[in-house]
Amino acid sequence: MSKILIKIDGREFEASEGMTILQAAKEVGVEIPTLCYYEKLEPYGGCRLCTVEAEIRGRSKLVAACLYPVEKDLIVRTRTEKVDQIRKMLLELMLAHAPASRDLQAYAEEYGADKNRFQKESSFCIHCGLCVRYCAEIKKKEVITFVDRGTNREISFIPEIASQECENCKECFPLCPTEALQAAYVLTQALSFPSLQSVTE
Amino acid sequence: MDNAAIDHIINKYQGQARFLIQILMEIQEENRWLPREVLKTVSEKLDVSFRQVMRIATMYKTFSLVPKGHNEIHICMGNACHVRGAERLLKEVQELTGIKPGETDSDGKFSLEIGCCRGNCCSGPVMEIGGKTQDKMSPAEALKNYE
Amino acid sequence: MARINSAAELEERRLGILSKRDPNKLCIAVCNGNGCSGRNEGIISVFTEELGKQSLDGKVDVRATGCHGFCEKGPFVVIYPEEICYTGVTLEDVPEIVAQTVVGNQVVDRLVYTDPATGEKAVRQSDIPYYKNQTRLLMGNNPMINPKDIDEYLALGGYAGLSKALFEMTPEQVLEEIKKANLRGRGGGGFPAGSKWETTRNAPEKVKYVIVNGHEGEPGAFMDRALFTGNPHLVLEGLIIGAYAIGSHLGFIYTRHDSPELLANIRTALKQAEEYGLLGKDIMGSGFDFEVEVHFDIGIFVSGESSALMRSIEGKAPEPTPKYIRTSVSGIWGKPSNLNNIETWANVPQIISKGSEWYSTIGTERSKGTKLISFFGNVCNTGVVEVPFGTSLKEIVYGFGGGIPNGKKLKAVHFGGAMGGSLPASMIDTPLDFDGLAKVGAQIGAGALMVLDEDTCMVDLARFFMKFLSEESCGKCVPCREGVRQMLNILTNITEGKGKEGDIELLEEISEVVGEAALCSLGRTAPAPLLGMLNYFRDEFEAHIKEKRCPAHFCKNLQ
Repeated sequence: MSKILIKIDGREFEASEGMTILQAAKEVGVEIPTLCYYEKLEPYGGCRLCTVEAEIRGRSKLVAACLYPVEKDLIVRTRTEKVDQIRKMLLELMLAHAPASRDLQAYAEEYGADKNRFQKESSFCIHCGLCVRYCAEIKKKEVITFVDRGTNREISFIPEIASQECENCKECFPLCPTEALQAAYVLTQALSFPSLQSVTE
Repeated sequence: MDNAAIDHIINKYQGQARFLIQILMEIQEENRWLPREVLKTVSEKLDVSFRQVMRIATMYKTFSLVPKGHNEIHICMGNACHVRGAERLLKEVQELTGIKPGETDSDGKFSLEIGCCRGNCCSGPVMEIGGKTQDKMSPAEALKNYE
Repeated sequence: MARINSAAELEERRLGILSKRDPNKLCIAVCNGNGCSGRNEGIISVFTEELGKQSLDGKVDVRATGCHGFCEKGPFVVIYPEEICYTGVTLEDVPEIVAQTVVGNQVVDRLVYTDPATGEKAVRQSDIPYYKNQTRLLMGNNPMINPKDIDEYLALGGYAGLSKALFEMTPEQVLEEIKKANLRGRGGGGFPAGSKWETTRNAPEKVKYVIVNGHEGEPGAFMDRALFTGNPHLVLEGLIIGAYAIGSHLGFIYTRHDSPELLANIRTALKQAEEYGLLGKDIMGSGFDFEVEVHFDIGIFVSGESSALMRSIEGKAPEPTPKYIRTSVSGIWGKPSNLNNIETWANVPQIISKGSEWYSTIGTERSKGTKLISFFGNVCNTGVVEVPFGTSLKEIVYGFGGGIPNGKKLKAVHFGGAMGGSLPASMIDTPLDFDGLAKVGAQIGAGALMVLDEDTCMVDLARFFMKFLSEESCGKCVPCREGVRQMLNILTNITEGKGKEGDIELLEEISEVVGEAALCSLGRTAPAPLLGMLNYFRDEFEAHIKEKRCPAHFCKNLQ
């Protein structure tokens, strides 16, 4: 695979064609925060925490590092004032749902995010989709799905499949960046009261 | 809805999974809602995961996973109707029928849905019953015609 | 009907259709558009019945047409060849029209349009100022065509553009002509259609797709369906020409599911075009193959976004999936896919027939041609107009719209729905222009213009748009889903008298992050209406927050 010269935070690196900014940065030890990223899964671009500034041919734009492919003469800035401001706000928005999440709290400290800035709506879920995608892409079981849309979007276990598959797997639990218990809770509820599981509630 | 009816619809699209949305649409049109069992059958016949079928069935407003009333009332909440008093109209219809958006009354006569723009902005605020615009009529009169 | 196998045969077919027509035969054209048909359901059969009573069966044609555009004064009935136009026609008026006009050759005076400003009557449709002052290049044929009959489109010179493209031009020349005409996308962005076509044409993948975006999810936008329902072949002809230029053999029409008339007309048009050899294999004997599939939006705004729309065509959930590769390079199933909206495609046949030079004479320097505008809200007339770019908003609101009803004052106009922007009344002289309007914060969007009078509360309107987006977005990415949720909370609080010092600044801060970090173009433009309102109507927000007062006396908790 051919090599491309790129610049990350002022230092020059060689990256391979086809890599994303996030992969290239990881390889050379530059940290970019992520929540919905997991190397075994297709990149998703949902949390936007990996937003960085990418400059190409003199034009700068904000992009998601987990999706943006490296290209020749790309200049990446991972910690500009703008990038930090965006990350801080994103963390504050997510903390309104999962104030107790350790991952979120650690990042909040780094970016000075205030977990009480927004009205709390403790759903625990930040819709990173790791459980949904892991179950579909790796386990090929497709037990968990997103239902509904917009601000009503939720995750939901499909009871009929969950009752057969989940007991011996539960591999998605530790992936959850908010509360592994949340997944377990939704699952238990689905298994115990399948008839109450209305996907449109 | 029986399997033969579902098969008939699926066969129209040669059982191709990429027509999932059209197939669900035709089932919804014929049956007026999408029972879970029917969705399972569709998932098996098209060889699409049940998860994907559920994802699509819950994403679009047109699909309903609960039975709908015989007459569907649709009130437009688009901006043209909004500035012409759609909220007042909705309130009035809610009082008349005793149901809220997304609900069906106990005798299955009416379902109430809100949505937006059918492109009939000159008649706003627009109420449709059974797909027909109820123009120049009070909500009470319009509903009476469908009792 | 036999296939058409050459350019000459198309012309022969057209002359054949015309020769069978008696130019003096009466034709009653009844508008069957969305606005009119709801008010006089069944009028066609009443006309037929009444003609039967007068023993005029077969001696007079009755034609159901698409939208004429002047929806406020509908239902419309136009009697050709004299073009006698009646407005506000009800079922009860039919016997009188038949007896007086059809049999007696007399005009029914009370149904004739009277200009409210001058008191002058206009008997012919084209003499009504509303029509006279437009440039109806796209919509003009609507009253003269039965959209379910391809012959009526052919009679007016339909498919001549396609014939010219296929037999007199190379695909490169067609592309060049569109680029020279500077045709810009009418769906919202105003992106040059020619460059987009070129990208798809030049993309390395051999299989390419072309798509008609007929989603029209912007509330208040109803001009695209008026055009597509009323003249489906015009859009189809444009699409086939585009496919030829791009080198595509499969096209998709992505359209609304909730308009039965539109759907029926599209299906009929596709079937008839295929029978005539204008679609399918070896089109008109040229060797070019092209087929079309119909797909539906079934009720979610986000599926109008290009990548979400393409997922939907694949049969998947309509969620945007940007990979930083343009859909014109990698779209449906990873193949280069060129997406244009209905109005953009409809412009193509005339550019090919009459040439880019002619087209360039219409409009402004950088926005060429005409634009369909649907206008509604607090305006005397609601309807669709087609005007050249450069027309002032004032002309649209007061000239065509007839001004503000009930003696109220104009407060603002709002373009582009939930992703557009508002302009205060003081800027009403701004001309219609992609770049000019974008500069002042009111993207044309698809062309839905909402007129707002002094009783409108801008804070409530901002809340309304935010609510719309919270329900109509996909919810995939954090900035859009959570940012919109919080902005809606804050705006709701402000309208309920619970606004706090610092709310405006917080709204601006969230807007900035949503605008920069959201995943798709819908998310990134979600804060646009709010930012525009904060720019032009900031004092109104401040009055709600600081004085607990709604200057428009609209918010109930603040009176």
